[in-house]
Amino acid sequence: MSTPVHGRGLPGPRRAPVTQLVAGAGAAALVFSAGLATPLAPAPRQAYAAEGDRVLTVAVAQSVDSLSPFLASRLVSTSIHRLMYEYLTNYDPGDAHAVPGLATKWQSSPDKLTWTYTIRSDSTWSDGRRATAEDAAWTFNTMMTDEGAATANGSFVSNFEKVTAPSPTELVIELKKPQATMTALDVPIVPKHVWEKVDDFSKFNNDKTFPVVGNGPFVLTDHKPDSHVRLKANKDFWRGAPKFDELVFRYYKDQDAAVAALRKGEVSFVAGSPSLTPAQAASLQDEKDIHVNDAPGRRFYALAVNPGARARNGQRFGDGHPSLLDARVRHALFLAVDRETIIDKVFQGHAVEGQGYIPPRFSPYFWKPSAAQRLDHDPERAARLLDEAGYRKNSAGKRLGKDGKPITYRLLCHATDPNDKAVGRYLEEWWAELGIGVTLDCLDNVSDPWLAGTYDLAFDGWSVNPDPDFVLSIHTCAALPATPKDTGATDNFICDKRYDDLYARQLATYDPAERATLVKRMQSRLYDLGYMNVMAYPNAVEAYRTDQIKSIRTMPSAAGNIYGQDGYWSWWSAVPADSDGSSGDSGSTGVLIGGVVAAAVLVGAGVLFAVRRRSTADDRE
Amino acid sequence: MSSTDGTTAPALAGPAVRVRTPRARTTGAYVRYGAGKVGGAAVSLLAVLVTGFFLFRLIPGDPVKTMTGGRPVSAEQLAAYRREFGLDLPLWQQFADYCGKALTGDLGTSYQFRAPVVDKIGEALPNTLLLTGTAFVLYTALGIFLGTRAAWRNGRLGDRLNTGLALTLYSVPSFWLGLLLIIVFSVGIGPIPGLFPTGGMESGSEEGLGYVLDVAHHLILPVITLVAVEYGQTLLVTRSALLDEMGSDYLTTARAKGLRDDLVRRRHAVPNALLPTVTLVFVNLGRTVAGVILVETVFSWPGLGGLFYQALSVPDLPLVQGLFLFFAAAVILMNTLADLVYPLLDPRVGR
Repeated sequence: MSTPVHGRGLPGPRRAPVTQLVAGAGAAALVFSAGLATPLAPAPRQAYAAEGDRVLTVAVAQSVDSLSPFLASRLVSTSIHRLMYEYLTNYDPGDAHAVPGLATKWQSSPDKLTWTYTIRSDSTWSDGRRATAEDAAWTFNTMMTDEGAATANGSFVSNFEKVTAPSPTELVIELKKPQATMTALDVPIVPKHVWEKVDDFSKFNNDKTFPVVGNGPFVLTDHKPDSHVRLKANKDFWRGAPKFDELVFRYYKDQDAAVAALRKGEVSFVAGSPSLTPAQAASLQDEKDIHVNDAPGRRFYALAVNPGARARNGQRFGDGHPSLLDARVRHALFLAVDRETIIDKVFQGHAVEGQGYIPPRFSPYFWKPSAAQRLDHDPERAARLLDEAGYRKNSAGKRLGKDGKPITYRLLCHATDPNDKAVGRYLEEWWAELGIGVTLDCLDNVSDPWLAGTYDLAFDGWSVNPDPDFVLSIHTCAALPATPKDTGATDNFICDKRYDDLYARQLATYDPAERATLVKRMQSRLYDLGYMNVMAYPNAVEAYRTDQIKSIRTMPSAAGNIYGQDGYWSWWSAVPADSDGSSGDSGSTGVLIGGVVAAAVLVGAGVLFAVRRRSTADDRE
Repeated sequence: MSSTDGTTAPALAGPAVRVRTPRARTTGAYVRYGAGKVGGAAVSLLAVLVTGFFLFRLIPGDPVKTMTGGRPVSAEQLAAYRREFGLDLPLWQQFADYCGKALTGDLGTSYQFRAPVVDKIGEALPNTLLLTGTAFVLYTALGIFLGTRAAWRNGRLGDRLNTGLALTLYSVPSFWLGLLLIIVFSVGIGPIPGLFPTGGMESGSEEGLGYVLDVAHHLILPVITLVAVEYGQTLLVTRSALLDEMGSDYLTTARAKGLRDDLVRRRHAVPNALLPTVTLVFVNLGRTVAGVILVETVFSWPGLGGLFYQALSVPDLPLVQGLFLFFAAAVILMNTLADLVYPLLDPRVGR
């Protein structure tokens, strides 16, 4: 410790006084920022939007898992693949029936086992080469022979026997068994001449070389994880070039911040993840130049009952409440649910009352229970059913199980979903009136008790595709785990012979009307079983700026969603507004930054000058 | 101590020799002390390696099922995934593989991103360091500066205002303050125009110097948020340490010599009072690596905090373990550094 005498310390390093420390810190922070910022700049990136280009910016929250179509499973990634690559077929934006994609026509053989697709000759890859049937055959064959390439979409080819391309415009797929979903193969077709160089499909993420060769309406030009994904319009797209020059997906991890960005005009569109909250929608409703799209969604929100978990080998496991094996009890529980209240109070009107398993927007398959079948809100009938089933109330008003103990059901809920908790509170109240207790088990990750069958009831929900095969398949006996130790594809252990027979028949029926009839009969059976009670179809609530987007196509066209469509209709069809309103950061960045830096330099210089002056003053003492 | 010719050394030489011996002893003691600290750090790191592996095996959830949720996946495919990720092996074997690879710097492959964990950390680390590093430098300097002044004017209005404001901001939830700043300074409110971007690290359309300025522009609000909620801690620690020193005799001596109050504070009191602050600085320095989940989320900053959150939500075991190991190593390293620096600042430590 030096003890300075009259301002002159012992020889040796002088300690930096606090003021100098602060002045230095400011400078250090600036240097640190600049120094760190520079190496972060990637190598010169491809094709920036030129001045005057129309840019459509979409706020998204979900991280891209992979840009390889063989690996990607998240909605954000598959939505981007829809824009980068053509699929064999697409879905009509009106009623979702199959329309041409890379294939212009398709037909099946009389024995239903061979499908022949005519591949269009006017689709070119962005590197100038023509897209052919050979590309499609190579894509499917790679998925059939390489486990890594089957990661995301292997289920589409599991029933394929052989895929060949006899000519550049003809693709032939031979099946092991009839498969009605052959016009709903959601598989991006990739360019063989680019992808055949890939060594390991399980590790190649398609995110190192830009622009990425594709033949969709947009070409991927840049991706920075959790920052942005940038696509350029494909002027040579066979269906016609998109109207916007660039499409950018920007990351906003917080939905309130994304809504703020929309208000500011930094983004043109906010998707919501999965939806804007009622409060956010209400706050944007009266905003000038902003349109809130509140439309029928593709999800259903249901109450699932544990039917007694079991494996395909017949072994039972889990500990579902035995009373739930009685259909009268299951129906009673659902009769006590006031769905109107749930729509009004929980979803605040941004949902439609649930009926059948498939949401109404998929009109060909939508089914409603008949008047005789309907389980409308009727607490008295619910109480009668429980009495009939032998579950009577004791003197304290509690219904007793066969073991003489009061019935209390464990209800699994997703801790991350506020709707689950809110609906759970109502169910506690409604079922308490029936004399039944409820324990809400809200967990961050519900899959453990769910897979183990250690629950009684659970909140359940799925996004439904235009082809309903998948959401129907998860309730078949074949989807059960092979043994209690395995994991099956089952949703909640339903296994019913009649349902399974109908499922097999619809998969082998190629006539759309006939197949739709079978699908409706399956839903009717599911409804009567009472294991899956659909409470609501939540709306897709999203918003966009009308001073940047003049018009954009929803799906279904009449009323539907914009983000996460089955197809590229929204972004491909979007028309820029007449104003020069392109989204992006405000243009005064340079000026502002210049001012801030100049001010910082002046302040720093002033402080340093004062410090210098003071230290010489010390010496002058 | 005698000289080589056996005679008693002259008195003047005595001290010189006497100084050398304790110094040698001090150096030896410091080496022993340092070796002990480094050894302790190595043991801590090993403990982190072991607990990290087993701790994250307790997270509920089946990663394979979570990853494939909502997709048609056959039981065979699920089994293939388990094979691919080594989840079908006995736990001891998984642990042995993990340790063996970790020693060679291979932290495995992320389940959800199918990319090496080291690459994912490498992508996000510079972004996090830019944000937390800038904020760290600023809040440390501001905390020390205001803390010394508050202590020196202890009890006066200036001190009360200063400490009150710091405590208030220290208690404010960072995400709330961040959102408030976005509403006021990004979107703009009343006469205040929207000056700053609402989120992200870059516009993605700038290059060269424009890119650096663009990043700096995006950096301002999140840094202000972090500095506002963090400087109070440094201020309070500095202030209380300085208050402890203020009654010391050597300060009275310094004043008695007629030194200006300003000099007494800067040259005498503050250097002696900085030890607790140095501890805090090193702890905070270790923390900067971990990122700041809430601020990174509100400002959509592509850093390690957000990555850790994503890793936990799957659970993406290799990524969770890798990040945990990385964060822990940073904290252990900084604490060890602090331990090694103390004796240099205060000779009483380490003897």
